[in-house]
Amino acid sequence: MIDFLLQHPILSALFALVVLALAFGALLGFAAVQFKVEGDPIVEQIDNLLPQTQCGQCGYPGCSPYAQAISEGDAINKCPPGGQSTINAIADLLDVEAPTLDEEHGEESDVKTVAVIREDECIGCTKCIQACPMDAILGAAKQMHTVIADECTGCDLCVEPCPVDCIDMIPVETTVTSWKWNTPQPSQIQIADLIASDRQTSMEGAA
Amino acid sequence: MTEFFVILISTILVNNIVLVQFLGLCPFMGVSNKLETAIGMGGATTFVLTLAAISGYLVNTYILAPLGLEYLKTIAFILVIAVVVQFTKMFIEKTSPLLYRVLGVFLPLITTNCAVLGVALQNTAKAHTFLQSSLYGFGAALGFSLVLVLFSAMRERLAVADVPVPFKGAAIGMITAGLMSLAFMGFSGLV
Repeated sequence: MIDFLLQHPILSALFALVVLALAFGALLGFAAVQFKVEGDPIVEQIDNLLPQTQCGQCGYPGCSPYAQAISEGDAINKCPPGGQSTINAIADLLDVEAPTLDEEHGEESDVKTVAVIREDECIGCTKCIQACPMDAILGAAKQMHTVIADECTGCDLCVEPCPVDCIDMIPVETTVTSWKWNTPQPSQIQIADLIASDRQTSMEGAA
Repeated sequence: MTEFFVILISTILVNNIVLVQFLGLCPFMGVSNKLETAIGMGGATTFVLTLAAISGYLVNTYILAPLGLEYLKTIAFILVIAVVVQFTKMFIEKTSPLLYRVLGVFLPLITTNCAVLGVALQNTAKAHTFLQSSLYGFGAALGFSLVLVLFSAMRERLAVADVPVPFKGAAIGMITAGLMSLAFMGFSGLV
């Protein structure tokens, strides 16, 4: 075999590369099975429902860690920016009763707000920049800071650290470009029927 | 023992893979904007380069050389490097999700790092033994990480420095890299 290959350089070259490629392919195929990573889809689903303000008012460093914590059994009513609608959506996903918002973590505000820095009062201390979870505040040490309104989620975290209290939370006015149709409220009776029948079929399926 | 020490010093400082041999310049310019990413890239490259140098030596010695196929080493090494990178990616993703998130996009980027191929080819050209090959790869990777971290620290300063308009951005980066290269030329003759 070896002698035959040595006499035909082209064949030996082909043989060597094909064997190499096959061996490496087998190795990678084995690794793909052996090191397969199972994602946790429920965490991703919860994370999608959370408002992604990354404000940390729930006590976790961001929305993704909170989603992880919910999947491990934490309470679902710790998200003030999401409000009752987010709690309802998560309760629906996890098939549990929807609690009301835990006031300990902050109050839900009906109006969407955005932070505005009164720029002539700003002393450039950068404390609000460090507090902002969205990197929505622009500025440098001893320079005036300003808020990028499009990035601001209105989480209030920058108000507290400001030593001169020059940050205001201003309600966002509805303009022609930002106006949206109101989401219609689905009829309560229909929802009750739907869930009752769903539960029945799923119980039958389980039994 | 002294010989191995000499190989390490020579690859890290005297024949630095980036600043003296000018290999792997794309990640050197591309991933050096932030110190953290530079450290991540340095770590990932160190791992892959060492592994690629070892497997390159094995493939060359036990498959290519007996069949008289040394002329195929470039394409064989490209294959080896791609597989090593992919395998490393899978392995890290499974064993250490945190490290995987830190390295992120840099892992697949290493496939196109010409320093990895360069080290494997130099190993065969210099007829290194197994231990020499792996040390040569490891030392080259350490040298790469060293200059990447140094350069990124400088670029973080440059980003906030008052640079004249024509030199802003990549231009001052290139000039800095050139000056660093000149400084590293000073190590020649050390070993």
